[in-house]
Amino acid sequence: MKIHEYQAKAILARHGVPVPRGEVAFSAQDVSDIARRLGTSVVVVKAQIHAGGRGKAGGVKVVKSADDAEAVGKDLLGRTLVTYQTGPAGQKVSRLLVEEGLAIDRELYLGLVVDRATQRIVLMVSKEGGVEIEEVAAKTPEKIHKVFINPAVGLQPFQAQQMAFAVGLTGDSVKKGVKMMLALYQAFVATDASILEINPLIVTKTGDLLALDAKMNFDDNALYRHADIRDLRDLSEEDPLEVEASKFSLNYIRLDGNIGCMVNGAGLAMATMDIIKLSGGAPANFLDVGGGANAEQIRNAFKILMSDANVKAVFINIFGGILRCDVLAAGVIAAVKELGVPVPIVIRMKGTNVEEGKRMLAESGLNFTTADTMGEGATAVVALAGGAR
Amino acid sequence: MAILLDSHTRLIVQGITGREGTFHAKAAAAYHTNVVGGVTPGKGGTTHEGWPVFNTVAEAVAETGANASVIFVPPPFAADAIMEAADSDVALIVCITEGIPVVDMLKAMTFLKDHPDTRLIGPNCPGIISPGKGKAGIIPANICKEGRIGIVSKSGTLTYEAIDQLTRRGLGQSTCIGIGGDPLIGTTHIDALELFQNDPDTDAVIMIGEIGGSAEEEAAAWIQGHFTKPIVAFIAGQTAPEGRRMGHAGAIIAGGKGTAAEKMAALTAAGVRVVKSPADMGESLVEALKP
Repeated sequence: MKIHEYQAKAILARHGVPVPRGEVAFSAQDVSDIARRLGTSVVVVKAQIHAGGRGKAGGVKVVKSADDAEAVGKDLLGRTLVTYQTGPAGQKVSRLLVEEGLAIDRELYLGLVVDRATQRIVLMVSKEGGVEIEEVAAKTPEKIHKVFINPAVGLQPFQAQQMAFAVGLTGDSVKKGVKMMLALYQAFVATDASILEINPLIVTKTGDLLALDAKMNFDDNALYRHADIRDLRDLSEEDPLEVEASKFSLNYIRLDGNIGCMVNGAGLAMATMDIIKLSGGAPANFLDVGGGANAEQIRNAFKILMSDANVKAVFINIFGGILRCDVLAAGVIAAVKELGVPVPIVIRMKGTNVEEGKRMLAESGLNFTTADTMGEGATAVVALAGGAR
Repeated sequence: MAILLDSHTRLIVQGITGREGTFHAKAAAAYHTNVVGGVTPGKGGTTHEGWPVFNTVAEAVAETGANASVIFVPPPFAADAIMEAADSDVALIVCITEGIPVVDMLKAMTFLKDHPDTRLIGPNCPGIISPGKGKAGIIPANICKEGRIGIVSKSGTLTYEAIDQLTRRGLGQSTCIGIGGDPLIGTTHIDALELFQNDPDTDAVIMIGEIGGSAEEEAAAWIQGHFTKPIVAFIAGQTAPEGRRMGHAGAIIAGGKGTAAEKMAALTAAGVRVVKSPADMGESLVEALKP
């Protein structure tokens, strides 16, 4: 799960991480009020969307008065920002973070992620802050310093100190850096974060360290024990159909093709998208109905699929291990009769009681195309959706 | 012969009194597996479907001589269940549970380092089956056939797909292992391939990967120096968009890394037969076995 920058900063502040003073604004009037309250000569207004690259897209403005801040607020609120992470459709801005401006001496990078290969949380730092870290990693990997953290004991001060020296901190700043890194690690573990990125982490002209930006993603599997973080979910940042699907515990991701897919199992669902593409078609979605899909789940899945106006044909690819094919067939027939699905449906099912399932589909009086293999099914559904593109 | 699971396996089920645990304990027992009991804290001393139920894994092991455990407990308690089994030196732990928090698994993996003789398969996996010998997990036995092909896969239903494609072509399987779709897993592609390499009764392997992480690239590097049997690979998620979690917690392309294209290129360079279509796994293996 993703949250906004201002929400991440509030969480970090609670764990003792220094962040700039600031507040969230929902209107231009809010922006002006907050700017006045801050009382600093420079104020920064930052668009809050769940994507990086906001600065380059014009979503971050530095102003010198409350009136200017209000004008910027008017301009940014309601605007659609297109960044390299939003996709071409962009993302509408409906919240702004208004912060004090600070005199920056240096911009550093800090990140915490789970490293799969070592099965440890890794702390990464770099002198190259304020730029895209992926580019630094690709071009000059030696400029990124890492320590791997033993989860039994957590980040140790000596490790944080190594990192502080690696990015060239000196004097008092070293201590401040160590304290900040220990606090960031605590915040990461305490909230079950999956990514915590401070880019940039700034050193001010007075030698203070602050998180000027903050990105936090959370482990969806751990949200059950963080009601406070679940409450931060901003549904306006997500595709409405994906929000709807999540209510039914369906793993649904909308794509831009015209063949609706309904599959059990994440791997098979991805493979079904792949084989549609190889057959010349384009998948409209990823959809995993889960291992124990029942008639109710199939009905819900059909509802979501048919809410996407781009869908011209549906491909159901189910490998019934535990799920019996006759149960699946009954679910599909009931859903199609109830919902009146107006597009062709290709069903490929395998596993227990497949013959009975096929007989039920054939005798239903509904127009299903059945296939024995994934390949046959994909070819059939691409043709029914209007052929290869 | 088979790897990891055979006629010497004495299996307990952690979570045996739950719906899934009950169903799959029965299915395993019906498929030649020696299921010796189960664990449900608080229900020790009772019997369930004829099996003795224990409060702890330690008691279960002491009483039944169990050397393997399959875990069907809910996500908040599953990492703890893994550590409990390891603490009793159970040699093979198969964790089916999906949805374990990563922070919990970080601790469990660290705990397992003190138990080098314990192997964990999963979590978030369908488990393991050695056709004709036994199974621990949820892989349907009716699609399997005894034989000499190994399967290692991150995905459950794609494993079934591969098994089915082989069985339809008359090729049986030695052992099929679902290693799981989570970012942190106990047995990797390399671990499974090493076991298959050393198994005289496995002639060839189908390896199934998916987007996210770099386990497939690491396997490709390892294969070049160590694996001598024919191997066919498929990578799911060739059409997956960047930055989205495709169902499995581990299946995400991040910062341009973990793409199917990178993995397929690395495996191809290592001499693996990489198929683009999931429908071609079985046929490609038939080809690979031709002299």
